[in-house]
Amino acid sequence: MTTAPLTSLQRVLITLGHQEPDRVPLFLLVTLHGAQELGLTIKDYFSRAEYVVEGQLRMARKYHNDCLYAFFYAALEIEAWGGEVIFVEDGPPNASQPFIHTSAQIRTLQPPVIAETPCLQRVLETIRQLHARSQGTTPIIGVVMAPFSLPVMQMGFEAYLDLMHEEPELFALLMQINEDFCVAWANAQLAAGATAICYFNPVASTTIVSREQFLRLDYPISTRVCARIKGPVAFHFASGRCLPLLAEVAQTGAVAVGVSTLEDLATLKQAVAGKVSLLGNLNGITMRHWSDAQAETTVKTAIAAAGPGGGFILADNHGEIPFQVPEATLLAIAEAVQRWGTYPLHWTDREP
Amino acid sequence: MTVPFSTNLVQPLEEFLAALLAIDRFAARQILTRYSEQSDAFHMIEQLIAPALEQIGAQWEQGDLSLAQVYMSGRICEELVDALLPPARLQRISQPPMALAVLEDYHLLGKRMVYSSLRASGYEVQDFGRMDVATLVMKVCEERIAVLLISVLMLPSALRIGEVRRQLKLLGQTPKIIVGGAPFRFDEELWREVGADAMGKTAIDAVVQTARLLKAMP
Repeated sequence: MTTAPLTSLQRVLITLGHQEPDRVPLFLLVTLHGAQELGLTIKDYFSRAEYVVEGQLRMARKYHNDCLYAFFYAALEIEAWGGEVIFVEDGPPNASQPFIHTSAQIRTLQPPVIAETPCLQRVLETIRQLHARSQGTTPIIGVVMAPFSLPVMQMGFEAYLDLMHEEPELFALLMQINEDFCVAWANAQLAAGATAICYFNPVASTTIVSREQFLRLDYPISTRVCARIKGPVAFHFASGRCLPLLAEVAQTGAVAVGVSTLEDLATLKQAVAGKVSLLGNLNGITMRHWSDAQAETTVKTAIAAAGPGGGFILADNHGEIPFQVPEATLLAIAEAVQRWGTYPLHWTDREP
Repeated sequence: MTVPFSTNLVQPLEEFLAALLAIDRFAARQILTRYSEQSDAFHMIEQLIAPALEQIGAQWEQGDLSLAQVYMSGRICEELVDALLPPARLQRISQPPMALAVLEDYHLLGKRMVYSSLRASGYEVQDFGRMDVATLVMKVCEERIAVLLISVLMLPSALRIGEVRRQLKLLGQTPKIIVGGAPFRFDEELWREVGADAMGKTAIDAVVQTARLLKAMP
């Protein structure tokens, strides 16, 4: 008797249940490479849902990717709030000047109406089409910026840190406005067919704020947001450090956490084994120069550190692979996962 | 007459550090006021402020402190040093023209932190703000900048520093270039790749690198 091979969704669900599936799932979080795939500029690529859908489906096939990533670019939410986005030829579109110029503006700040915002509708249409074409075999990952992290683009990092430290009342008001938008935006993506939400929250990492500040300023918000989002949430620190926060992240109800290459993967796994799955932690910046052998070694090292027992999805550590990473390297990573990520991982017992 | 205090500085340094990390401007100022009776401004910068910022930078590097604490500490120290040594006062460090810029990104925090740390260490530096490659090259030539500090957040911006270096070279300009920002922290060879002379891992490390390059200048 033969059994049908697992779909990507089944593979991911098994690992999120802290069991070993057929192999370690791979979330190759490629966004901009879709433009290359279709021979378009980055600006043109993100101008139509059909392009992103086609790009994601082609890349999923090419790299044996276990997810479809409905992430356009981080500054998309700023575009939705009325801010300007600057496109470049070789990287992610970037938020231009902050649109909150003085903290007093927070008192009259109005969040975007999702149904009336073209860039958000383009993402929802992308998710709907991906859902229709993947027929439930591959998880579709929607993305939101956390209320605590969005202000870096809304008002600039320096002004935001000043607000955080010196104007607690306006800080609280901004968090409340952002929280409601974040939840509505996440739930709209789930309603369109997203399987799970990646909740990007780099400012909450201990790279940016202290654990005490995280507990006081972000944790209550993130806990509420995760509870209000009507689907699974992956808490992603976008390459920021998070080891001292993992116990609390587990309490938010998040099913996975995106971890940094700056922290030891085995230590992270030990800290959350059986509670929260890990997503990470390949270094996308150095990945630009990896040889095939380096790609294989790095993938092996990550799988050996976090793969045993499930609860691990191999991905980059930032949530977006740089445009400069060549296709050959992405193929080498995909090949290494096929070769070394197949369970059971007996080879990890033999190698130091 | 004030004298350099080479006496036991462990206690005031610890007190000063604690005040900075608690973001307590008042306590930090009080500590400096107390010790200003025993020392002049430069020795306070050298022996108290700079070492405190170095320790804070090192602890951030190790993951023991947050960026918010580093930023606020730098801001407080900059305010204190501006009070001790008003801008352009002759007692500030004598140096060739230096400038600081963010290349292409709109994320200005890193530049702000380096600016604070340089000023808190007694340097004068021109803040060019956010610039693209062509404008930065032009401005460096116009101002005859000898030390150029460039901060970036995004990888494409980091890679464009190589273009800044190439264009400056074509124009016969060879300022020392010190780079910093997230991409350089994730790829420790990237600064060489873009033709920089040094990389600052933290804001205060940028000051250390500046001092090192200035010392090596003819």
